[in-house]
Amino acid sequence: MKARVHVTLKNGVLDPQGKAIGHSLNRLGFPEVGDVRQGKFIELELAETDKVKAKARVEEMCRKLLANTVIENYSIELVG
Amino acid sequence: MKAAVLVFPGSNREGDVAQAIELVTGRRPQMVWHGDGDFEKVDLIVVPGGFSYGDYLRCGAMAAQSPVMAEVKKRAAQGVPVLGICNGFQIVTEAGLLPGTLMRNSHLKFVCADVHLRVETSQSLFTNRYQAGQVIKVPVAHAEGNYFADADTMKRLEDRGQIAFRYCGPDGSIIDGRGNPNGSSSNIAGVFNDTKTVLGLMPHPENAVEPMFGGTDGKALFEGMVEALS
Repeated sequence: MKARVHVTLKNGVLDPQGKAIGHSLNRLGFPEVGDVRQGKFIELELAETDKVKAKARVEEMCRKLLANTVIENYSIELVG
Repeated sequence: MKAAVLVFPGSNREGDVAQAIELVTGRRPQMVWHGDGDFEKVDLIVVPGGFSYGDYLRCGAMAAQSPVMAEVKKRAAQGVPVLGICNGFQIVTEAGLLPGTLMRNSHLKFVCADVHLRVETSQSLFTNRYQAGQVIKVPVAHAEGNYFADADTMKRLEDRGQIAFRYCGPDGSIIDGRGNPNGSSSNIAGVFNDTKTVLGLMPHPENAVEPMFGGTDGKALFEGMVEALS
């Protein structure tokens, strides 16, 4: 089974990188782009067949390492 | 004062801080490799600057989970003083020894410059050789030094006097974010834990201990620790 983890900045946390990306897109002729938020995508290969167990384990991974919950949120998607 | 300096793959200021400690104590600190789960009893643990684990995932995130940090967390809980400088500050926050986190500089650039710091308190084992309100000049060198904590945490830090240093202008002023090199909340350059036995700061006091290298304002930090811990 694969787990796909998205790590994103919490609302209200300044994202200067997202801002810079937004400015660049505007300059490149995409004026329709407003606020941009940048995050991380992490794909994990898991030796686990039980979805409930897998979800619980990946949650723990997120809390311990993959996300810094002071500033980041995470979401988990299980595939296969 | 017996000190240990941790070394991670990618640390690069461990030699500088070891020299600063040797300068004030006359003895070389013990260098401790990140894979070592145990090391000799010491009076002070220093987590030095650098780019531990290449800053992968988040600055300090990998190092915070290393075997040596598990031991450091245990000792910090028993009251052994811990000093985290630059990447070391990022590591100790990721390890949960200090509140908040260090984010990318607001202007997205690496900043390498001398900055002015206002010492916020002399009431700690790290800052007892300074006066509260004193302005000192030390260098910074980082891309992720933008201190952030939620509003409740910020209030707690202020109320309990856990802010050690703030970036400021040459006159000590912090109005309009004066002297702030990275966008840090409330100009914060360094914070204590609630018992003031852990200090994390982005600037490099270890690089301001000899006149030949542009100033000696950082030396009092090391002298203060020697006085408190010997």
